[in-house]
Amino acid sequence: MGQAENKTAYERVQAARSGKRPMGAYYIEHMIDDFVELHGDRRYADDPAIIGGIGYINHIPVTVIAMERGDTIEERMRRHFGCPKPEGYRKALRLMKEAEKFHRPVICLIGSSGAYCGIDAEERGQGEAIAENLFEMMGLKTPVISVVVGEGGSGGALALGVCDTAVMLENAVYSVISPEGCATILWKDASKAAEAAEHLRLTSYDLLQFGIIEKLIPEEGKSDREICSELKHFLLAEIGRLSKLSPEELLSARYEKFRKIGA
Amino acid sequence: MSILDGILGGRAAEQQPPRVCKKCGTEIPYRDCAANHCICTVCGAYFRMRAAERLDETADAGSFQEIDKKLRGKNPIGFPDYQAKLEKAESASGLNEGVVCGTAKIGGNDCGLFIMDSAFMMGSMGTAVGEKITRLFEKAAAMNLPVVGFITSGGARMQEGMFSLMQMAKVSGAVKRHSDAGNLYIAVLTDPTTGGITASFAMQGDIIIAEPKALIGFAGQRVIEQTTGEKLPAGFQRSEFLLEHGFIDMIEERPRIPYTLAKLLSLHRRNAAGA
Repeated sequence: MGQAENKTAYERVQAARSGKRPMGAYYIEHMIDDFVELHGDRRYADDPAIIGGIGYINHIPVTVIAMERGDTIEERMRRHFGCPKPEGYRKALRLMKEAEKFHRPVICLIGSSGAYCGIDAEERGQGEAIAENLFEMMGLKTPVISVVVGEGGSGGALALGVCDTAVMLENAVYSVISPEGCATILWKDASKAAEAAEHLRLTSYDLLQFGIIEKLIPEEGKSDREICSELKHFLLAEIGRLSKLSPEELLSARYEKFRKIGA
Repeated sequence: MSILDGILGGRAAEQQPPRVCKKCGTEIPYRDCAANHCICTVCGAYFRMRAAERLDETADAGSFQEIDKKLRGKNPIGFPDYQAKLEKAESASGLNEGVVCGTAKIGGNDCGLFIMDSAFMMGSMGTAVGEKITRLFEKAAAMNLPVVGFITSGGARMQEGMFSLMQMAKVSGAVKRHSDAGNLYIAVLTDPTTGGITASFAMQGDIIIAEPKALIGFAGQRVIEQTTGEKLPAGFQRSEFLLEHGFIDMIEERPRIPYTLAKLLSLHRRNAAGA
């Protein structure tokens, strides 16, 4: 229990949001060999908030779909701070379908304050794009592992979070609403976010205890490279385990994973 | 009016207070309002409908068999004051939770039917709402029944934290299984349909119908304005806007909806063409 209380919930929220924290691109660079990025949703545009592509994890071909906010201010503008637009979710689904066709496992890396919030996103069906991903991912006949590496912001995170195995880095958070949003609704005061963060039970420790995620990767006292290496190790083992299941067994276990939550 | 008598906050239709139109300010006796499909008799604006009222004008008389009526929300993350809020919502709405589920006939067609009710915590989805809708889709899949859902919701219920968010995935799984078995799902979107509900089963219907001028969207309007500093265009996130952008099949006036449902259900009768 000691580890869980090392930081307050809001300290973890701040760690998850930190500009210095590695996001999707870092994990691709350090876990995936021969990565080939694939662009576009074949419908409207390419969304720079989501990097999608294929490569090897050790010698196993995988599809990787990763949220990325960028490092410099120019890149952050271009990637609209890692908040995916509908075309980002549609690109993700296109690449997941491709993974299914070629029997490649899918690794989703989640880290974003949420789905992009704007007039254009609504015009192009932000809600529909997320809904379609939830629906299709429930039936995707290839293993899906989702890793929350930063902030898992609500429906925009869940759109890459319907999976066989849900993983969180220790200081990642995953929440139905931002602590600021929650504090605004409850007390009309966004500055009480720290209090709201405690109530929302959004830390990796909370969610592991609730059975909402299956695995927590510790960060305390570790370098980014060490964390990445541990994650890679876990992903390899999990891909090995999931790849032994028949598509029917895989989908049935995926259904039950979510079916039992709040049953 | 037997259904109304039972569910409307425990009071008979005669004892319901008059409704006041938000648009034109007219006070309308409850009976006149109900007889006019909960549409303002003066200006034609739509009132939000209670689940019982919707049921009364949608399902064939006496055909509705409610399931999981007693299922109630829990407080899975120990959120402060939530238990009291649930109790308050119960007594204010006369419901145990924000959705009513069951089997019914619409124009003689058997179906699974769920009706959300915004009088219970804005129809928000926690574990009870998610569980009830999931069970309905599972039951309908087992019986090869189509599902009709009347949707209104503020989104995932904050007070149940990630348990609420995960209901979006859970219900989506049940909708997918129902769909894969060749069954029809018609979603009827009513004012308001927002957040995680739009981002899950509201947009997963084979056919999506909306009432006129209903607010339907993912992000909240104030949030969009504050985040982007842009002024929202007229009619933004209304049914007409969604129809224009290709996200819903049709807009139907409220009194016509039961007839349209009956027609669509009939067209999809699984034994209709020997299928």
